[in-house]
Amino acid sequence: MKGKERKTGLVFFPAFDWAISSTHPEREERLLYTQDQVFEEGLLDLENIVEFKPGLATKADVDRVHICVPDVSHVTTESHMISAGGAITAAEKVLEGEVDNAFALVRPPGHHAMRVVHGARGFCNINIEAVMIEHIRRKYGHRRIAIVDTDCHHGDGTQDIFWHDPDTLFISLHQDGRTLYPGSGFPEEFGGPNALGTTLNIPLPPRTSEEGFLYVLDNLILPILDDFKPDLVINSAGQDNHYTDPITDMQFTAQGYARLNDRLSPHIAVLEGGYSVETALPYINVGIILAMAGLDYSHVREPDYDPERIRQSADITRYIEKLSEGIYGLWKRRDEEKSKLRRDGEFARRSRGIFYDTDHISEEQTELVRICDDCGGLITIDSRADHSTRIFAVVIPGRSCPACRKKGEEIYETRSRKDGPYDHIYLQDRDRDIYMTK
Amino acid sequence: MILGIDVGGTHTDAVLLDSRFDVVEWAKVLTNPDNLIDSFREAASRVLNGKNLTKLERIVLSTTMSTNAIVQNKVDRVGMILAGGPGLAPEALHVDGDTHFVSGYMSHRGIEAAAVDESEVLEAAGRLKASGIRHGGIVGKFSTRNPGLELKIGNLIEKDFDHLSFGHRMSGNLNYPRRIATTYLNAAIWSVYNRFVDNLLRFVGELGVTAPVYILKADGGTSEIRQSAKYPVGTILSGPAASIMGILSLTGGKEDAVALDIGGTTTDIALFADGVPLLEPFGVTIAGRRTLVRGLKTRSIGVGGDSRVRWEKGELRIGPEREGPARAFGGPFPTPTDAMIVLGLTAMGNREKALEAMAELAEEGKTSPGEMARIVYEKACEIISGAVRELLEEVNNKPVYTIHEILEGKIITPKVLFTVGGPAEAMAPRIGEHLGCPSRLPEHAMVANAVGAALARTTAEITLLADTEKKTLTIVEEGLQQDIPGRFSRDDALFICRERLLERALKMGAREADLVMEIIEDQVFNMVRGFYTTGKNIRIKAQIKPGLIARGQEGAP
Repeated sequence: MKGKERKTGLVFFPAFDWAISSTHPEREERLLYTQDQVFEEGLLDLENIVEFKPGLATKADVDRVHICVPDVSHVTTESHMISAGGAITAAEKVLEGEVDNAFALVRPPGHHAMRVVHGARGFCNINIEAVMIEHIRRKYGHRRIAIVDTDCHHGDGTQDIFWHDPDTLFISLHQDGRTLYPGSGFPEEFGGPNALGTTLNIPLPPRTSEEGFLYVLDNLILPILDDFKPDLVINSAGQDNHYTDPITDMQFTAQGYARLNDRLSPHIAVLEGGYSVETALPYINVGIILAMAGLDYSHVREPDYDPERIRQSADITRYIEKLSEGIYGLWKRRDEEKSKLRRDGEFARRSRGIFYDTDHISEEQTELVRICDDCGGLITIDSRADHSTRIFAVVIPGRSCPACRKKGEEIYETRSRKDGPYDHIYLQDRDRDIYMTK
Repeated sequence: MILGIDVGGTHTDAVLLDSRFDVVEWAKVLTNPDNLIDSFREAASRVLNGKNLTKLERIVLSTTMSTNAIVQNKVDRVGMILAGGPGLAPEALHVDGDTHFVSGYMSHRGIEAAAVDESEVLEAAGRLKASGIRHGGIVGKFSTRNPGLELKIGNLIEKDFDHLSFGHRMSGNLNYPRRIATTYLNAAIWSVYNRFVDNLLRFVGELGVTAPVYILKADGGTSEIRQSAKYPVGTILSGPAASIMGILSLTGGKEDAVALDIGGTTTDIALFADGVPLLEPFGVTIAGRRTLVRGLKTRSIGVGGDSRVRWEKGELRIGPEREGPARAFGGPFPTPTDAMIVLGLTAMGNREKALEAMAELAEEGKTSPGEMARIVYEKACEIISGAVRELLEEVNNKPVYTIHEILEGKIITPKVLFTVGGPAEAMAPRIGEHLGCPSRLPEHAMVANAVGAALARTTAEITLLADTEKKTLTIVEEGLQQDIPGRFSRDDALFICRERLLERALKMGAREADLVMEIIEDQVFNMVRGFYTTGKNIRIKAQIKPGLIARGQEGAP
């Protein structure tokens, strides 16, 4: 069970003075027992585990990823900037070579935060992984990045942000959206027309256990990562697949999480959800930290662990095998599917209603992406929230082609608040790292 | 009058202070490593000679006794019984062959997750007894949350041992591997320390002194010596603590400061925040073992006046080896002290020899001996200031767990540099320049440790944990566990915590006037299960922080 020892960075920020509300799952108590367990096991004294204080993300870090309405300070608190800053610190320690890998054990989480942010959804305001990824791309130039989201909920925010980005492979495995928030994340959600195949969804049936998760990892995720050949692998390490989680219905375990992390071997792991604060998180986190550090995690288990009680049924096993086969086939056919998807017209349209369950906001959004083979494609967004703010945003992608850039600049130039229905107009130039509003 | 004595590795210093805390007598004798009581006696008799012993208010001692016993491994064999349950692999714990792992463990909430297997414990104890082991240590994971399991094991096996050390009594802090190391050390030095205390008190009695005797602990606070014998591991690193308290007592600083003890082999660095010496957050490290012993934060680097200086692959290296005294004092190799002699920064030693040492280095450095001396001196000052900056950075970037602390946390910015030790006078101004603060050399620096011991106040710390869902309260350092009502509040917790800390400190020999209490941790967590609040998790830690006793009390009845 003991692999090669690695030097692991840990950014631990439990935000003991921050909660969405006093009885909300995202409350002060959430990482209290995790802290207790990590301290008691003496993990911070191990020679190859180093703890770092989180930095603060800047407004520019957030503007590089999100269109915050009306601006960053209205939709975030310090806690979000520290949480995203913690993820950035973890990534920087890896990319500067101070450690081999790092775990940002921070809260609040971020993977339900989409590109446009009118408020909080799924306990998330800003997408801390996306903010981290674009920060390190800007600073270190890593192009190909893979995110494996192992939270029990579909990482719909991360999916939205990287939907048109062919350089970011986003794989989410989660409890089937027909049985859990946010209700999305089906295999058909496969990426935008310029980036088909770099979004992959693996909806698992309720009561999937260790066996099912590890099967998907070995037979689907790892082969796809082998094909994609990312420079960096990031794990959105949600911990709510645990058999004691109060808001989900899966049968995963601390041992399972540790093994998954060991085999996936991410460069950076970032905590997402996980609300079984007392009976799951302390053990899962100890397991993940030991696995990342290449130390023996075989003795980590929950006090009430009983593999027989949580074994998945044969039906579930068969279902998952079939599902994996189907998705792997889809991945292999991604280029054919992409050409089929391309129809006439310069732009492809996506219109959606987005609900912010945490802040009770409904958003109507129409997104246009320029069909482009030379870059991720110019994006324009028309978004209206039911508290009646309407915005228009132009997003020029990273490494944009001259045509998309020219078009984007033109559109931004010609739009004006005076003659339109918009309260705010934004230009996010990801290639030149410029953010403007009018 | 107060008698302060520091029994150090080389010298034993004694000071006698009057009621205004002025040094009226002092003495320095060579330590007899084979009989520390002898050294104590010799130093004490020099300063007490002809004095009226009835005026003696207290005797405070700092000693390397415990440290030496550990470092030189002059300790008893200890049978360890560990109940850790799942988690880190047992192989990752640094334990020896006299360790037995038994079933049973507590969860982080202090709930018994698995019970003790009595026959297993008895068998382990039987094996330890059969191999002639008389000292035992019992440590459970999360025993600070609920000592029940350790106590149960203790009840089963106490008849088999002369002494048992319990993990939960060592500290309220979490850290199972450190708890094991601390408990082991406590049991290992138990007999040697208790014998030392008996002998010392017998000698003091023979002198006709009735004043209480205290010992300086690693945290720079004192404890009445009989009380300290219950927890001997607390007296490790008494010497370095004395040095830091000495600087504090000789300067009386109230600001952020750096203290340097520049010796022959090493330089010890300590920091003060608003005049209070910093503590190690989890516990001190001794002989490579990380412990839960509350202690002052020090950083030792291998550069001192007698460090060997040499060229290595074109790089000038200073230390960490010390191969003997400086060349100017007959030593084998060039040292920073030789450089300082050549530069005229100190008048001691043989200047010819020092110059010769610098000339040797200058040849490879392709420069003049004078210039070489300047380079060596500069480099030594730079290494020391670099280490100070590194320590400051580390302390100022210590991870914190609340938004408040991230945004408003205290940043230490030293306003003054205090230095003691042989090369201090020559090096302090330059190091001060590097650090951007003025340097000061305290008066009576020769006997700083003894003065520090004499004037240190009694310190104590307790950790209260109240869980209103479980309806229990634990103050583990006191072995206290009691039931509480569901409506128990933070105010109730603070009240009990203060009361218990006061009792503990008085029992350890504190004077009322010195009881400066401080709440160092104060957290209340709403416990929610399902979607309802089921209780509160209240965590309070209170201390009497390290500092000096109040003036003007001496001689009062």
